[in-house]
Amino acid sequence: MIRLLQRDIRLAIRSGGGFGLALAFFLMVVVLVPFGVGPEREILARIAPGVLWVGALLACLLSLDRLFATDYEDGSLELLATAPLPLESLVLTKAVAHWLTTGLPLTLVAPVLGVLLNLPVAAYGALTLTLALGTPALSMLGAFGASLTVGLKRGGLLLSLLVLPLYVPTLIFGADAVRRAAEGLETTTPVLLVAAITLGTLAVLPFAAAAALRVNLR
Amino acid sequence: MTTPLLSLKSVACSRGGFTVLQDVSLTLSPGQALVLKGPNGSGKTTLLRTIAGLQPAERGDIDAASESIAYAAHADGLKAALTVEENLTFWAALFGTHDIEAALNAFDLAGLRGRRAHALSAGQKRRLGLARLLVTGRKVWALDEPTVSLDTRAVAMFADVVRGHLTAGGAALLATHIDLGLDAETLDVSQFKPSEAQLGAFDESFL
Repeated sequence: MIRLLQRDIRLAIRSGGGFGLALAFFLMVVVLVPFGVGPEREILARIAPGVLWVGALLACLLSLDRLFATDYEDGSLELLATAPLPLESLVLTKAVAHWLTTGLPLTLVAPVLGVLLNLPVAAYGALTLTLALGTPALSMLGAFGASLTVGLKRGGLLLSLLVLPLYVPTLIFGADAVRRAAEGLETTTPVLLVAAITLGTLAVLPFAAAAALRVNLR
Repeated sequence: MTTPLLSLKSVACSRGGFTVLQDVSLTLSPGQALVLKGPNGSGKTTLLRTIAGLQPAERGDIDAASESIAYAAHADGLKAALTVEENLTFWAALFGTHDIEAALNAFDLAGLRGRRAHALSAGQKRRLGLARLLVTGRKVWALDEPTVSLDTRAVAMFADVVRGHLTAGGAALLATHIDLGLDAETLDVSQFKPSEAQLGAFDESFL
């Protein structure tokens, strides 16, 4: 598993695509929103939690359709399926690699980009915390979607349609926690719910995704 | 007679909903190689994929020790951004072996070890894909058209490797159109094609 993780991260860095793209996309969203909305600081401060979460979520979605597709196209997915590694751990490893190359960098740059949107100081802790807790769920849900669409040509569209509704709960509670922190309210409940969603997806979806992969490899 | 490494009893397998082979029975003992022949579309790949466990057999039993089969498909499963050595080390680690030198030397890849896979020729890629078999450490090789894009020297290299594998107590099942000069039995898979009557009956039950 660790070797697979190392390989995937090395591939993500070498081929450039996934690694930089999500970050660049997130940066663009956050930089462009103030130009679109106008420079009033109160409005920006009010929409900042939502914009940051939506931006991070869409950036996450961007590289998902390649998660299994590259391995499927060059035949390594079949070979991996016949390797001693169970498909469940393959899926989990892939999701972890995806998180390390997109979710984690997004979490780390989000506070910096928060400044551009005039995010209230009180909310930075909640922003980093909810993104750190929530993005693993985005990667895992995405891995499930990617495993369902792996055999399809141009499966990206179907993947986004499948995955977007599944992303909604994480987005609602994640953005809500940041908003509540910005207004100085209690954030425990939404943060716990984000964590619960992540733990639930990590527990269930590797099995569902592995089953989907088995069907798609036939 | 030693216990066979792989045995199939009246196996039927299908591709895309059509039964392409039925009543396939064969056994593979240590040291034995079996060459699958047959025209395009006769079901060689489907049979190999079924044996490798990528798709379930429709009927029949496949007996093999768990995790004893190494499968090599048309695609080599190489990562273009990784070097020859990194590709092979990855597979070796995944299968729990460590020595990649023997595999590199067997296919004359030692001089290319630092080269990225995207800079390899088709034949060199194929050699690297076949070298993967040596690092799996598995007994039964199920190979689908292993000699595609190999030149005569590389084919000889490959035949030597298979011979070495057989001598070491392994077994190999190859789907190929060319003669490797191996001491192997040949199995024509077109004899397992379901007859028209059976196909008709099969279709009717779904209409």
